[in-house]
Amino acid sequence: MPKALRGFGAVLYKEVLHIRRDTMALVFALLVPLLQMVILGFGIDTNIRQVKTVVLDEDGRQASRELIDRFRNSDIFRVVGYVHSDEELNEAIVSGRAKVGVKVPVDYADQLIDRGTAQVLVLIDGSDSSVAGQAMNVSTAIGLDESLRRVLGPRQQLPVQVRPKLLFNPDSRSPNFFLPGLTAVILLNVSTFLTAFSIVRERERGTLEQLFVTPVRPLGLMLGKLVPYLGVGFIELCAIVFFMRTVFQVPIHGHWVLLLVLSLPYLFVNLSIGLLISSKAQSQAEAMQMAMFVILPTIFFSGYIFPRETMPLPFYLFSFVVPATYFVDISRGIILRGAGLAELWVDALVLVGMGMGLVLLAAKRFQKKIIAT
Amino acid sequence: MASGTNGNQAAILAEGLTRRFGDFTAVDRVSLRVEPGEIFGFMGPNGSGKTTLIKMLTGLLPVNEGAAWVDGLDVRAQGEQVRERIGYMSQSFSLYNDLTVAENIQFYGRIYGLSPARLRERMDYTVTLLGLEPYLDRQAGKLSGGWMHRLALGSALLHEPKIVFLDEPTSGIDPVARRQLWDLLFHLSSEGVTFFVTTHYMDEAERCSHVAYIYFSRLLADGTPAALKALPEVTPPGTCRVEIAAPDITRALALARQLPIIRSATIFGQSIHAVLDDCVEPADLERQLTRQGVAVSEIRPLAPTLEDVFVELTRLQQTKPEASHA
Repeated sequence: MPKALRGFGAVLYKEVLHIRRDTMALVFALLVPLLQMVILGFGIDTNIRQVKTVVLDEDGRQASRELIDRFRNSDIFRVVGYVHSDEELNEAIVSGRAKVGVKVPVDYADQLIDRGTAQVLVLIDGSDSSVAGQAMNVSTAIGLDESLRRVLGPRQQLPVQVRPKLLFNPDSRSPNFFLPGLTAVILLNVSTFLTAFSIVRERERGTLEQLFVTPVRPLGLMLGKLVPYLGVGFIELCAIVFFMRTVFQVPIHGHWVLLLVLSLPYLFVNLSIGLLISSKAQSQAEAMQMAMFVILPTIFFSGYIFPRETMPLPFYLFSFVVPATYFVDISRGIILRGAGLAELWVDALVLVGMGMGLVLLAAKRFQKKIIAT
Repeated sequence: MASGTNGNQAAILAEGLTRRFGDFTAVDRVSLRVEPGEIFGFMGPNGSGKTTLIKMLTGLLPVNEGAAWVDGLDVRAQGEQVRERIGYMSQSFSLYNDLTVAENIQFYGRIYGLSPARLRERMDYTVTLLGLEPYLDRQAGKLSGGWMHRLALGSALLHEPKIVFLDEPTSGIDPVARRQLWDLLFHLSSEGVTFFVTTHYMDEAERCSHVAYIYFSRLLADGTPAALKALPEVTPPGTCRVEIAAPDITRALALARQLPIIRSATIFGQSIHAVLDDCVEPADLERQLTRQGVAVSEIRPLAPTLEDVFVELTRLQQTKPEASHA
């Protein structure tokens, strides 16, 4: 064994014993994220449907009822009530009872006949941008559709017909899109804490100082701590993939073995981040805060929630140093698009590089720390 | 400096060793020499720099000034080789509570890179030496204080270190365990292991073959217990040390201190230890004391104890003008 790795085997042996001795803590550490995954997986639907809508139908004749039925049949809007004045319409949206208000003026049918055009007011609660955007698009489309129907008559075909087809996720199921990204966050959460705590605990107990008086080398210590937790993280990963496939029925279009293999570099990076944190933190509480400091930006900048392409340039550039960015790419690539190693090797290589850099950095910091306790 | 690698090599050699934390100097130009096989007792009040010195000698803390050699190796440049040759037992128990006694020992054996056969052999030896057999499968955290110390000592001895640093090894353990630990140290020392032991206990210091006393970062005394007791600073020429037994000890001390012949006096258990400026006959002293109003029951001549030595040296250090040190 190279000299720089001195103590690796001993530390590995000891860490495995620690893990085996405290099975409860381990089970807890592995189960809680799975539970989170189940809750989030079932609870979050990114498709916007059944937006609560109130209607002020001042006209009330057939033409206006037809229009309102179109809203109703769109699946986007759900009519939760009728109001009878502008004030009530306003109030329904301000109070949050409805997100959308449709007002058909009293002379809607007359205007259509007399002047060939009539105006319908759609009020949209802009406080939730994704709901507002969807409601705006769909209400405009309904207006356009209704106009075409009136202009063209019932039997005529549209000159241009756009037929959109959703690839990879034809039913637009939320879990399919959501879970591959969530995997990145869950793995980050679990693995970073595993290593961050494992060294800080030794510092608190005073065993780290005892280790420093032995010939153990920082890199041997780092890797001896990291490798067992790589195993633990891998178990968690397998559980996540299994849940994803069975409970949430997310089809994996690529090869699941490739997914597991390419997850290892990502786990490696996260565990190294944990080591780096533990080289700085003096207590478990401090390590916890630092880990949160790493995890939050990951959630926002990895493209897991917000698409990276629409980020302002500085944030977009920043997303390149967030390891999860590459894993979200790997995970969505394999699971949704059926990508293979040919498409994803760059991501994997970047992660391996990041991990090695971080481990060396942590070891270097420890080299100094040996002396600075 | 070649002094570290001379033919007659010291186990530990420090020359002008200094460590500062900001403005505070924790160890101030300490020089000492520990011969192989000695039990070196390092004494001093809390916060006087004992642990800092140990940390410098074991390579845990960088040296600001001066130099030190452990087993002939420069601690500043050859830290790793030094760590191969030393054992260290810190003040607090620092093994793994959730690992069993056997696992803790095996872990340390592996850290030092012992081969499996060698590890088994050394483990057998250590376990037998320390009487740890009945506890091999017990988790370290569930041992009582004395056994924890034995385990810690065992782990520190596993790789056959030539020099072992023990930082207050007997704090917090009962007198029987303390006695057993010292018997072990004597045994190992007779086999050639050098011990560097910090302690608060005077009776432990009396057992050491070599004692040094550090006070406020400075080394005040260094030598065998007998040599220290014979120091002229402790018993200046012409002065005598006596033990005065008296019924009302605190009142007697206050009155005795007023006598011009009494240079210094302190209470020791049930009697007063006093240094006389003039070696008068006991009967004469008793007369003087009785005149002062002290009811004396007995006066005996007294040899200084190590405690006397340290009390005296500390007192001198406090009264000495600072300039004489710079």
